[in-house]
Amino acid sequence: MNFDDTPQEAEFRAKAREWIAANAPHEYADELKKASLGRVQLKHANILEVAKVWQKKKADAGWAVPHWPKDYGGRGASPIERVIWQQEEGVFGKLGALFIIGQGMCGPTMMAYASEEHKRHYLPPLASGEKVWCQLFSEPAGGSDVAGLRTRAEKDGDDWVINGQKIWTSGAHYSDYGILITRTDPTVPKHKGLTMFFLDMKSPGVEIKPIKQANGQSEFNEVYFTDVRIPDHQRLGAVGDGWNVSLTTLMNERMAIGAGVATGFPELFDFVSNLTLEDGPAIDNPAVRSRLATYAVRASGLRYTSFRSISALSRGERPGPENSIGKLVAGAMTQEVATYALDLQGAAGVLNSPEDAEVAGKFQAMLLRSPATRVEGGTDEILRNIIAERVLGLPGDIRVDKDVPFNKIPTRGR
Amino acid sequence: MNFDFSDDQKQLRDEARRFLTEKCPPKAVRAVIDGQAPYDRELWKGLADMGFLGVAIPEAYGGSGAGHLELCVIAEEMGRALAPVPFSSTVYLAAEALLLAGSDAQKQKWLPAIAQGHAVGTLALFEGTGNPSPKAIKLTASNGVLNGTKKPVADGAIADFAIVAARTASTGRDSDIALFLVDLTSEGVEAKALTSIDPSRNQAEITFTNVKAEPLGNAAEGWSILSQVLDRAAVLVGFEQVGGSDRALEMGRDYALDRIAFGRQIGSFQAVKHMLADMYVSATLARSNCYYGAWALSTNAAELPEAAAAARISATQAFQHCSKNNIQVHGGMGFTWEFDCHLYYRRSNAIAVGLGSLSYWEDQLIERMRQKNAA
Repeated sequence: MNFDDTPQEAEFRAKAREWIAANAPHEYADELKKASLGRVQLKHANILEVAKVWQKKKADAGWAVPHWPKDYGGRGASPIERVIWQQEEGVFGKLGALFIIGQGMCGPTMMAYASEEHKRHYLPPLASGEKVWCQLFSEPAGGSDVAGLRTRAEKDGDDWVINGQKIWTSGAHYSDYGILITRTDPTVPKHKGLTMFFLDMKSPGVEIKPIKQANGQSEFNEVYFTDVRIPDHQRLGAVGDGWNVSLTTLMNERMAIGAGVATGFPELFDFVSNLTLEDGPAIDNPAVRSRLATYAVRASGLRYTSFRSISALSRGERPGPENSIGKLVAGAMTQEVATYALDLQGAAGVLNSPEDAEVAGKFQAMLLRSPATRVEGGTDEILRNIIAERVLGLPGDIRVDKDVPFNKIPTRGR
Repeated sequence: MNFDFSDDQKQLRDEARRFLTEKCPPKAVRAVIDGQAPYDRELWKGLADMGFLGVAIPEAYGGSGAGHLELCVIAEEMGRALAPVPFSSTVYLAAEALLLAGSDAQKQKWLPAIAQGHAVGTLALFEGTGNPSPKAIKLTASNGVLNGTKKPVADGAIADFAIVAARTASTGRDSDIALFLVDLTSEGVEAKALTSIDPSRNQAEITFTNVKAEPLGNAAEGWSILSQVLDRAAVLVGFEQVGGSDRALEMGRDYALDRIAFGRQIGSFQAVKHMLADMYVSATLARSNCYYGAWALSTNAAELPEAAAAARISATQAFQHCSKNNIQVHGGMGFTWEFDCHLYYRRSNAIAVGLGSLSYWEDQLIERMRQKNAA
């Protein structure tokens, strides 16, 4: 049990720190510090452009996705070095939010299933941020029942022809490529007739409509496919094996590895430390302390749980379903923390313009964004099922449609 | 960075688990609860023979000197087994106080006796309702003579010696409190066993009437030593709580797989699955906080006070959460004397207040974080 860097880790950290000091866009550090879940924006610059410039700079020096193999745009760093990089990158890591889906989920899926030629062609520009990727999984009728998807892919010569609709696609409106799961055989049970592809989002027949969300922003989109053609060599995995391919993606999605899972606690502690209530400093109030302590140990528990996962990865173990704990705890926690931070502000908690609100309306933005965190990438309920079934070994939910051909599954209740 | 126990430490854990599974089955816990003995002497002797009592005591004082990470590993197993022995009082509190502040003569006298299972020690701190605080200590020390009453004292009626917190002045400063080492067979010591919510562990009231006592450590530093001892014990007790949480979760899981209702295993109902998943979550967060505490304890890191408080809070919450929901999963059977669920429920709630309650440690944690932030 050792928390200190080994000599090699210390050397890696020193190199990373030195490079970041010399190269990071320090002019945005203050704004990024103030940014919170639900609001990463820059006042006088386009965040997508700033993010792309930073990512490209990192890539040229070998710091983009450090844990990826060198051939695909990484530097072959160890899991622990990856965490060290994240720690050192600090607030500038927030700029990477736009690339998370591509680098965290699409990239690993491509690595596992694409041809070597495709990997060498597509992965380096994904690593460097020159090309942005999205993940086309959810559908209007799907929700948590991901395998219930209806977007069709039909073989036509060397191509596949896609028709249907996806929804909740983060970043589709600025994405260059996407990975897409489709139904290629509706006559077999739902998990068996799926096939995965990747495609150019500029292909004819792809139409993207941003969704205005409950918090007023538009990170997600609806994506419509009308006779979109995808060449067969862009298929990922075997025809009909799309469910297994998607599990690779989802497992990576849920890993939530690193010290970077947002809980809202550091922001809350900073806020409370500087807040004065009617009867004195908030931090001296016993009720406040008790609440803070509860959040503090949840945040630290999560942090050290991720360190334990990283230690296991370093020994060559594969990331398991226990990693579902990260988003399950952090998601609910950001919502609670935001609610409590507003409570501490009293009536003024209602205000959210950066000019009028405490700490620039950070917690108000967090409050309005947090419901999505508890849904996206697996709802709290699905994550609890995963822990119960795959970690604790409890029986699976009863699934009446599991062995029924997809086209025989009832689609409407009464 | 490596955030896990070593292979040797895991082997020690397996060894401790095998030993306790055999020597400390629930019926051994029940024998103590039923009042057949104040603690399991046979088990105590066995723990000494296995070297578990002296694992963190240096070789020079009769221990194996393996270290505190090894002690954490054993603590977890003691918690899983609900071992009805004065392990925490003797090993985490008395031995740690001696190691931190004892004179060479005091260490020579008591530490080998602890390691061999010949001496039971405890810490006499509390005086009725309330949490650790210099203000709460009324028992006086004057010219090395103690007068006053301590209650509750964990394992107080079976201990051979106690570290006693006493007041030497009333200036309102922490330096008013000094520590004393008292041989409990001394004249003027009267220990009376008390009943408690967890009869698997002895609780007592000890009255000191003109008892001659030797100082432990520098008189003015009593409170500071005590607070270090409590921090160290918080990590170790945290591991006992983690062990108990895991076992309560396991019991609930096994029952949910075994019990059929409405034609299905009850573990197939989401309400039950999600309750067990939440138990897993709290036990996992507690374990991770305790691992950090173990590292801080074993390296005597500057982070220890904060890490100890976090471990303590998280482990207290987890054990209470897991033990109460274990009963819930078991339904009516869980509330019978015959099922073991109540043993864990009792222990989880007794252990939750034994080193100062949750609210005390919450206050400590935030105070320490605040000070670190200000520094």
